[in-house]
Amino acid sequence: MSKKQKKIVAVCATLALSFGIMPAVSAMHIMEGYLPVGFCVAWGVLCIPFLAAGLFSIRNKLSENRRSLTILAMSGAFIFVISSLKIPSVTGSCSHMTGTGLGAILFSPAAVSVLGVIVLLFQAILLAHGGLTTLGANTFSMAIAGPFLSFAVYKICMKLKVNRKVSVFLAAMLGDVFTYCVTSFQLAMAYPSESGGMAASAVKFLGVFAPTQLPLAVIEGILTVIIVIGLETYAMPELKSIGFIKEKEVY
Amino acid sequence: MERAGKKRNTALVVVLLLCVALLAIAPLFLRKGAEFGGSDDAGSVMVEEVTGEAYTPWFTPVLESLLGGEIPGEVESLIFCLQTGIGVGIIAFFMGRLVERKKQEEKRNDHH
Repeated sequence: MSKKQKKIVAVCATLALSFGIMPAVSAMHIMEGYLPVGFCVAWGVLCIPFLAAGLFSIRNKLSENRRSLTILAMSGAFIFVISSLKIPSVTGSCSHMTGTGLGAILFSPAAVSVLGVIVLLFQAILLAHGGLTTLGANTFSMAIAGPFLSFAVYKICMKLKVNRKVSVFLAAMLGDVFTYCVTSFQLAMAYPSESGGMAASAVKFLGVFAPTQLPLAVIEGILTVIIVIGLETYAMPELKSIGFIKEKEVY
Repeated sequence: MERAGKKRNTALVVVLLLCVALLAIAPLFLRKGAEFGGSDDAGSVMVEEVTGEAYTPWFTPVLESLLGGEIPGEVESLIFCLQTGIGVGIIAFFMGRLVERKKQEEKRNDHH
């Protein structure tokens, strides 16, 4: 193994370990009015730089090449579809997926932040799902943390020369799972348990959401792979223009 | 060569779709009689358990306060469908264009 590869393995191991510590994952969005005001504001402020970066990233990509608009629109639409489907899970309750992995690996994780906010606003205003006061926290978990992790996982897999489809699957699945990890932590920070503090409370929240979300994360991974196969078949010029597939690469 | 690859992809997509359907439907049979409520509710129950007291949200969703109650279930599913519809519409529109474009390209190449 080269030095670089060793480093990557070390990073993977740390990631895996941190996943091991938090037994697993997930929730739906944090409900309206369920976070103290201070937390709402703090998460909101934290999101602003990412959203700004996202807007710039989208503008740059579009001015480089108008063609990328097609892919951007499809990534956004994918989030719309995926996050509207409530799917039953083995735990006997329903949850939905995030769909943010696709845009993150095709475009940039920051660009997905912008797309994600649109979806969250739609659901918060029209569906009373999630909420306006918790928009910041939900944006951070679904539209920032998840996509950035997906992006990182994808890049690592590509460096390690993992098959592209497998990489896409892992990226989308882990991104989904991570989104709900972050949600659990956000809830735990706001509601530390009296006996065990924040960590105990985080484990509790994870316990509720993780078993429900894991099978859904697998579904999200598979659906993302299907879309990528479709794009590879029919939208090669666009994928090349956004740099997802290198010009010379034979597929 | 390319045609063979295409066939392999088609088979793969079919298998993947079947897996998705299976994963989504299996819980209904594995957990007969379960309620399949949202995990949102499970979340609020957990908040109560952790804090040890019933929690009153300090802000109710705008639409709910305008309506003076929860959004009716049927209407909620309407809006969820709307969301799905918008998304599927956009994907189908662009995918249709791309598929047609590829067909045209192939036709042109055959002529040469």
